[in-house]
Amino acid sequence: MKVTVFVTPKKNVLDPQGAAVAHAMTSLGFKNLKSARMGKVIELEIDGVPGDEFNAAVDRICEDLLSNPVIEDYRWTLDEAGR
Amino acid sequence: MKAAVIQFPGSNCDRDAVHAFDDVLGHPARLVWHKETSLGDAELVVLPGGFSFGDYLRCGAIARFSPIMAAVSEFARRGGVVIGICNGFQILCEAGLLPGALIRNECLEFRCRTVVLRVEDAGPCFNRGDLGDTLRIPVAHGEGNYRIDGDGLAALRRNGQILFRYASGGSAGDPARENPNGSIDDIAGIRNEQGNIFGMMPHPERAVESFHPSRDGIPVLKAVLRTAQDAARVKV
Repeated sequence: MKVTVFVTPKKNVLDPQGAAVAHAMTSLGFKNLKSARMGKVIELEIDGVPGDEFNAAVDRICEDLLSNPVIEDYRWTLDEAGR
Repeated sequence: MKAAVIQFPGSNCDRDAVHAFDDVLGHPARLVWHKETSLGDAELVVLPGGFSFGDYLRCGAIARFSPIMAAVSEFARRGGVVIGICNGFQILCEAGLLPGALIRNECLEFRCRTVVLRVEDAGPCFNRGDLGDTLRIPVAHGEGNYRIDGDGLAALRRNGQILFRYASGGSAGDPARENPNGSIDDIAGIRNEQGNIFGMMPHPERAVESFHPSRDGIPVLKAVLRTAQDAARVKV
């Protein structure tokens, strides 16, 4: 199965990269921009059966390694067909 | 004091740390590879600067899971003194041994310069009486922007856990007196509440020789050694 993990800076945490992207977009004349926040996408392929146990395992690795809960939030999506 | 300097793949201040403790200060220091599982007879642990595991994912995020880190956590739990410098500070935060986190510098630049640190009152060994009002010590990092939530910051202040602040303000135009990375409250170094785990972004081991920008790293490393000596005495 394909799991796509999205890690983003927490709303109240400073995001210097996002701020730089926002600045560049404004400089290029993109007028309606309110904000830009920058994070990362991690694509995983995992053998397993969808269910509580699978979800818990993915959540655990997101909390332990893939994100830092002090500064980041995470969410993930599951694509069972693995496309 | 016998110091163990942990060597991760990508550490690059490990030998400087050994040189500072061993050759300059006369305390035996040895390198310990991250795959080791024991600290041996070490009385002090140093997590050096560098780019462990290429800074992939987040600085310190992968080093935190190296085999030796279980021994480092246990050493710290028993009151052993641990100092993390630069990448070592990032690893200690990722490991949850120190509060907060270090993110990209606000300016987005890698900052490599000597900065002025204001010494704060952080208890025994780390105070103005022992270290003087200010120190000049080099920084070299791209991700030294210290972040912690409001409650966490209040706790650091209340418990006297802030070791050093970048001496910014009131001296515009002097890069040495600017906060180089945007750290909250100008924080450059902290300790844990118990006072045996220390983390700082500036590099005291790069300020120990006459040809270095200063020798102000010596009193900082001596303060770490004194803390370790006190911890060892308590244990006996």
